[in-house]
Amino acid sequence: MQTLRRTPIHERHVALGARLVPFAGWEMPVQYEGVIQEHRAVRSDAGVFDVSHMGELEVEGPKAHEFLQTMLSNDLDRLEPGQAQYTLLTNERGGIVDDLIAYRLEAGRYLLIVNASNRDADFRWLKEREVPGSDVRDVSDGYALLAVQGPRSLERLGLAEAPAFTFAMEELDGHEVMVNRTGYTGEKGVELMVPAEEGPLLWDAVLARGVKPAGLGARDTLRLEVCYPLHGNDISPETDAISAGLGWVSALEKDFTGVEELRRIKEQGPARRLVAFVMEDPGVPRQGMAIDGGGDVTSGTHSPMLERGIGMGYVPSDRVDAGTELTIDLRGRPRKARVVKKPIYRHEED
Amino acid sequence: MPASESYPDDLHYHREHDWARIEDGEALLGITWYAQDALGELVHFEAPEAGAAVTKDGIYGEVESVKAVSDLVAPISGEVIEVNQAVVAAPETVNEDPYGDGWLVRIRVADPAEADGLMDVEAYKALLAEQ
Repeated sequence: MQTLRRTPIHERHVALGARLVPFAGWEMPVQYEGVIQEHRAVRSDAGVFDVSHMGELEVEGPKAHEFLQTMLSNDLDRLEPGQAQYTLLTNERGGIVDDLIAYRLEAGRYLLIVNASNRDADFRWLKEREVPGSDVRDVSDGYALLAVQGPRSLERLGLAEAPAFTFAMEELDGHEVMVNRTGYTGEKGVELMVPAEEGPLLWDAVLARGVKPAGLGARDTLRLEVCYPLHGNDISPETDAISAGLGWVSALEKDFTGVEELRRIKEQGPARRLVAFVMEDPGVPRQGMAIDGGGDVTSGTHSPMLERGIGMGYVPSDRVDAGTELTIDLRGRPRKARVVKKPIYRHEED
Repeated sequence: MPASESYPDDLHYHREHDWARIEDGEALLGITWYAQDALGELVHFEAPEAGAAVTKDGIYGEVESVKAVSDLVAPISGEVIEVNQAVVAAPETVNEDPYGDGWLVRIRVADPAEADGLMDVEAYKALLAEQ
């Protein structure tokens, strides 16, 4: 029996009557009012997620840049201080140890925001490989992280527009906040980072501005509608970036762990690829269900926007074109689905 | 709007949180408030075919929410004579009215004496109190 960790916002979740579930060693709110309601609030207005369980690693020193260039798949040379990028921590086989966002704080100082479930593994991975002149520290416990997402999120928070994947210190209702123009919902939005002890008051301030609390349930349906992979489901140390459709964050011209293998996979073409699909028949696809002809569902749910089953999964490379019909085994019932172009759902511009 | 918690006293209850309303040799089957609350908003009802046989304690279908799937367990044996198409079209009806518009199937009861083995509302509430 392992004790579940609690975020700095925990008491607020309890007070709101959230349904709390174990997630990656944390006790987290899966929903407050209901997954579908919270999902729609984020698509139509603004919602706030407590994502303080995510890990924050700092890498600092004169060799920090050089070190991370060899550890991460994307090209850090493209980042100025104040900019961030989505990237992968890779293993020797080209597998994905984690997916994360790297923030260039200063020339020799980076912040990596990583998945809660991989925080310890990522830290160990980097610590074991770090070079003199680059120091890796796990600073996760020092911070609260709130994701405020939705078409009205900036307006609700009184923040100006800024390019995606940038960040800055800004003032929000008396708090000095690191405002990151990032998210996991496909909507406009920010992720707000503050010292852990300020988390509850920042949470209160965000709710007072009319933003609705949203749980991990909605976070999963939102990310799947826009086909953002979930590590542990759609990508893992056993799957590679090319097969997962993450070649766009893999700078194959530079040297990083597993790059030779990724170059080889790209050259030969992957045997299987991660596709998105929409159910044509009734029913909800779930992780682990078999796809006829070889393949399996890595993420599946009910899409609140499409009001039907959706998912992602690996299928043989000759079955990846949009329109291809798939048959998925829904607990013994063969059900039709169709491969669609990613994302499954796209917010219409107004 | 989700219904508020209630357990009518005219139903027979099964320990798997299914109910039967038995009348004139027929029964409506559904799931209890507790079951729908545990699942969250329903998004799919995998219904049996009309004419299918259901067996007491046997599985006759599934209901799914965004996060979970749950088997439907028949409190009593019989033959399906009607599937509630309103729930097939709008599964959230079960959350809104689990004992009324949210019934799932109507069956012709094979053996009314089977109902003697089911719980009344007091016994079912006692079971919930232990959970």
